[in-house]
Order: sequence, then C-alpha cells, then structure tokens
Amino acid sequence: MSRRVVVTGMGVLAPNAHGLDAFEQALRDGVSGIRFIEAMAENKFACHVAGAPQGVDELKEQYLSAEDLMAMNQSMIFTAIAGLDCWRDAGLPEPGIASPVDWDTGAIIGTGIGGMDTIAEKLIPRVNAGKVRRLGSTLVEQVMSSSVSAKLGGLLGLGGQVTTNSSACTTGTEAVVDAWINIREGRAKRMMAGGTEAASHYIWSGFDAMRVLNRGSNDAPEKASRPMSASAGGFIPGSGAGFLMLEELNSAVARGARIYAEVAGGNVNSGGHRGGGSMTAPNPEGVVRCVQAALRTAGLGGHEVDAVNGHLTATFADPKEIANWQKALGVPADEFPLINSTKSMVGHGLGAAGGIECVATVLQLHREFIHGSLNCEDLHPEIEPVASSVIHETMPFHGEVIAKSSFGFGDVNGCVIFKKWSD
Amino acid sequence: MNETEVYEKVVKVITPFAKNAEALESVSAETSILDDLQVNSARLVDIVLEFEDEFDIEVEDEAADSIVTVGDAVKLIVQQTS
Repeated sequence: MSRRVVVTGMGVLAPNAHGLDAFEQALRDGVSGIRFIEAMAENKFACHVAGAPQGVDELKEQYLSAEDLMAMNQSMIFTAIAGLDCWRDAGLPEPGIASPVDWDTGAIIGTGIGGMDTIAEKLIPRVNAGKVRRLGSTLVEQVMSSSVSAKLGGLLGLGGQVTTNSSACTTGTEAVVDAWINIREGRAKRMMAGGTEAASHYIWSGFDAMRVLNRGSNDAPEKASRPMSASAGGFIPGSGAGFLMLEELNSAVARGARIYAEVAGGNVNSGGHRGGGSMTAPNPEGVVRCVQAALRTAGLGGHEVDAVNGHLTATFADPKEIANWQKALGVPADEFPLINSTKSMVGHGLGAAGGIECVATVLQLHREFIHGSLNCEDLHPEIEPVASSVIHETMPFHGEVIAKSSFGFGDVNGCVIFKKWSD
Repeated sequence: MNETEVYEKVVKVITPFAKNAEALESVSAETSILDDLQVNSARLVDIVLEFEDEFDIEVEDEAADSIVTVGDAVKLIVQQTS
C-alpha cells in the first residue's frame, strides 16, 4: 500500500512578503509585490516592472555567515532563506556546522534558469577579458544547475537525495510531485521540495525580447500583473523561493509534527509539441491528461475539486487554461470550482512560481481562506461563463481540495492535489 | 612593509574564509590554514588572489601550493615584496 504524504513545514520568500504569516496577510490583503525595476528601464526593456523579494540584503546577514555568502548568488540566497524557514517551521533540529547528517531527509529544489546573474556579472566579463584565473574558486558552485539544492543540502546536513529539477515554469510544482512520489514509494521519509529563481534582469531579458511581458503598465506596477483580465498584456516576471517539507504520514505523527495538508495526488507530463503544443504553448490534451491523472492518483473526481490555484500568467493562454480545466474536471460552467491566480500579486516567478504558489495553496487550505485575484475586474470574455468562480476579494474558504497546476515552456505540465488535513 | 605588517594583513585576508572562529583568536605563524582555521581547501585559490591584490604581487601556482600555515604565506609575501 502506498504511503500517505503530508506537508509538515513551509518557507517562502516572495516579492510581496517573507515568511508564512506575512505572506498569508499579503495574500489576504491583496498586496502586490510588483515594483519598478531600474535596471530594466536603464537597459531599454519594454517592460520596466517585476516582482523581487524585498530586504534580502539584511535578511541574508541574519541567515548566513560571511563565509557562506562568498560563494552564493541570488537564487542560492533565496533558497537558503526559504529553506531554513521551511526546516525550522517543520520543527526539525536547528542545523549547524557540526550537526549530524539527517539520513532520512532529501531535497528537490528546482530552478528554471539558475545562476544567470553570476554568469552575466562575473563569468562572461572576466573570461572575455582573459582573466580566467580571476574567477576564483566559487564560480562552478554558483553556475552548476544544482547549486541551489547543493548549498541547501550542506546548510541543513541532508543525507537523502539532494537534487535540482528544471522544467521551465513547471519546475516548482514538478519538484513537489517528484518528492511526493519518492516518499510515497518509501525512498525517503522527508523531502523539501519547491522552486527558486533569482531577481535578475538578465533572466528576464529574453522574455522581454519575446514580447511576452506586459509593456503597457510601467507607470502602474501594481496593476501590471493581470491574469484572467480582458486587458492582460503579458506576464510580469517574478522571483523568490517557496518550499514545502513533505513527510511520510507515520513519520510526521511519530514526531508530533504539525500537519498543514495532505498531498493527495499529483502528476507531471508533457504534450509532445503536438496538437497545438509547441516549445512555448501547451497541447491542450496534455494539460487535460495531466490534471485527470493527478486526480486519479488522489482517488478524486473533478466535481470534488473545491478550488483551483491556476497557472494563469496574464497571457493569451489564460482563457485556454480555463477551458482545459473545464474539460479536465468535467463539470458544467456553473459548477466550476473557485479559481484564483497568485501571480496577480507576485508576478510569474518562473522556476519559483510553482513552489511559491504551492505554499499559497496550502496556506489557503489550512487557514481557511481563498485570496482574491488582483486586476481582473474586466474579466476576459472567454472566461465570463465561469465568472462566478473567479475570486476578486479574499473570502473564507472551507473546501477540502485545491488543485494547483503549473505549465511551462517545453510543453510540460504539472498538477498537485492538496487535501485539507483533519486529525 | 615589515614582517609584522605583512602578518597582520595576511590574517585579515584569511579571516572571512575561516570557519573556526576560536582558532582565529589564537592564530599564530604556525597555524594551519586548512586544518586549524578550517578554511575550505578550494578557497585557497581565492585567498591567493586576495594576497595578489593586497600586496601587488603575482603568486605562481607552485608557490601557492606550498602555503600550509599562516607563516608560510607571510614568508612568501615578504620574499616577493622585498
């Protein structure tokens, strides 16, 4: 029989808040984390706004030693802050330089892009100037794809599998699904899982060039991220980190851990760049199959989903996503579950998106609220049939099941089914 | 620059790389940079780069490899700067 998997800890560093309580409050209050970014304007981006965690320079000194910080770029620092928070929130022993290895815990910490800031600011200028020797010893550990998980594993003394996954904007959600599978199959007692992404205009530049970022709201940053809106003009890049501590139920119960929710099911798949899918767009059949497979693993029918935390980025794909959800859940428009977009407040955190949004989803289940989506007063006409399901203002929520999805470049999909926990 | 001045600057350069804060308090010329101060061995590369900047010298790889103690570093730098 498969083991049951629960969430026993969380950590979040988001553009609109750091820490679970502050993040919950920001979600409840509809606080936008989208701000003007000078580097984007200076470097002639069309979009001048983005979501970046605030106060990180002060935070990093509280969380990390000077010796650690010498070899850490932004995504590693974001990971360490949210990862240490998650570890402590799970009630695990305080890690230190001499603390023992925890052989029962692993981590899957995803990133979509990785150490682009290090590559852009250090590696390329020095190599091009013939100063390879001046790169020093810290470059490799900051540009290897697994830098984020590797550093966290060392800080916490993890002895299980420690790895980094990468699947574009599905990354964080995929990490949670993969960790769930590992624990379910008995390969680990606990795994921290989620995603992280640096706040670097170098990361965002390619998206700006693709014209997929909203260039029409530079003078009103808080209005710029407009998922589900008729006036949505592209997504707003975000960043940060969000992690869940997934734990086998018996392990959680034995140590008296607080349980936030159960990970009831999950699935990742891809659309094969066929049937309308491509490198940059999802094959609708793939999306539908992904959601339905996730529900099957949870033993739930579409009508049992009380709410959906969508991918919903504020591109032309939002109405298509809603249509795919309708098909996947097999419910009429008037019975469509409640739906919201966390990206309306924090932007699109790319590799971090799934992690930050899974934290938002579990917080909503556990603390019994559902947050409003900003900036969709003018709902897209194709979403009108499910208008009554779109949450504009935060309200109490006593549902049992929230489905969280992420979709990414490469035509990749991920879906996690979270279920309310009751003792 | 006399040997004492070099010694003080060498300790200052190494300090942020040292994981063992207690060993730093009783640092001497005989202190091993890796074993006593628990500097990550990979970081010796960075320490040598900082010596080069601090003392305006160039340290050959072979010479860098010969540095084990704080005194070794001081001796090498005094030789190169005198």
